[in-house]
Amino acid sequence: MALHFSSAHPISALHPLLCFFLHDTYPEMEYASGLQRQLASMKKNLFDQGYLDEQFYQLEELQDESSPNFVEEVVTLFFRDSSRLVANIDQALQKYPQDFRRLDNFMHQLKGSASSIGAAKMKNECTSFREFCNKENREGCLRSFQKVKKEHAVLKQKLENYFQLLKQVGPVDKATHSGN
Amino acid sequence: MAVVAEAQFHVLAVDDSLMDRKLIERLLKTSSFQVTAVDSGSRALEVLGLSEGLTSSSAVSPAHNEIEVNLVITDYCMPGMTGYDLLKKIKVQLMLPHISISWTCFERFMGSLFVSHQGSSSLKDIPVVIMSSENVPSRINRCLEGGAQEFFLKPVQLSDMKRLRPHILKGKSKEQQPQEEETSSTSNKRKAMDEELSPERRRLKLSNYSLI
Repeated sequence: MALHFSSAHPISALHPLLCFFLHDTYPEMEYASGLQRQLASMKKNLFDQGYLDEQFYQLEELQDESSPNFVEEVVTLFFRDSSRLVANIDQALQKYPQDFRRLDNFMHQLKGSASSIGAAKMKNECTSFREFCNKENREGCLRSFQKVKKEHAVLKQKLENYFQLLKQVGPVDKATHSGN
Repeated sequence: MAVVAEAQFHVLAVDDSLMDRKLIERLLKTSSFQVTAVDSGSRALEVLGLSEGLTSSSAVSPAHNEIEVNLVITDYCMPGMTGYDLLKKIKVQLMLPHISISWTCFERFMGSLFVSHQGSSSLKDIPVVIMSSENVPSRINRCLEGGAQEFFLKPVQLSDMKRLRPHILKGKSKEQQPQEEETSSTSNKRKAMDEELSPERRRLKLSNYSLI
């Protein structure tokens, strides 16, 4: 005996019964809420571990129906800019004698951009680098820059994972809420 | 009842960084401003109908004169013309708009000496706000003394947008309320000096956000 339920029924209320009849769709709903939990946990870690700060929330506040992918677009622009700047700094560090003013200028731009998306750890490493720059400490700059590059790479990977998961959760999210 | 409060004001945003332009544009649009975003001080001057030097009118389209800008918000650190340079050019209102050798243009030019391109308000009275990612008190004071209305520290927040409208409205009713100028100049400096406190305030706000 097949039972058909329209999407207007309060599916969540009949959950225990439905799991028996709608065994085809139940795993989908489980999967969807599992993804949501995963996304929430991923986001919490990004903040707890200091990769992101409240500026990221500011970006989210600016996202709405008229600009639904705003956060991802800004982050994409950030990594485009930052990759270019990292390459420029790499090149500039190879030169001898060191042009510390030029280095500081690049790092000032990188720090500004990082701060605009709430990239806290990266911003801190940029600050360290600039301190070495001001003291014209080449060794310090080189060491510090390794850390900047590392934070940059780690953040890039984490945010790529985050947005990928966000995309997956997005459409499913709407489906699970249709019964409410 | 005044209709001015409901008007949609037009802000000219100037920043050489594409990412920052996108951000400031979104901040402004979310706060109900019309936005024109440009990537340099010289572009900004073009939009305002000012040129850095004498130019023939052929390059400048008539449409530029029709864009009325109510406020300029500019980054401080830009290659070529800094935000401070742009501020000075606006306040001093350097250079005549366009000069052409054709007679009709000359007539129009003569007429324009008596009619402002910005309607009833003069260009040098356009409020200018400067943004910077660096908190350098001497820089901030220099800008405020140079005629900037406000100095915002980057990253600019939604709450900063609320500070823009009063400057636009004040400019429009300048003759009626001259005493307001004194109180606003002290509050501009407070914004920068307050930055030591605001991270605390911002940290408190974090706890109110849900993480889902």
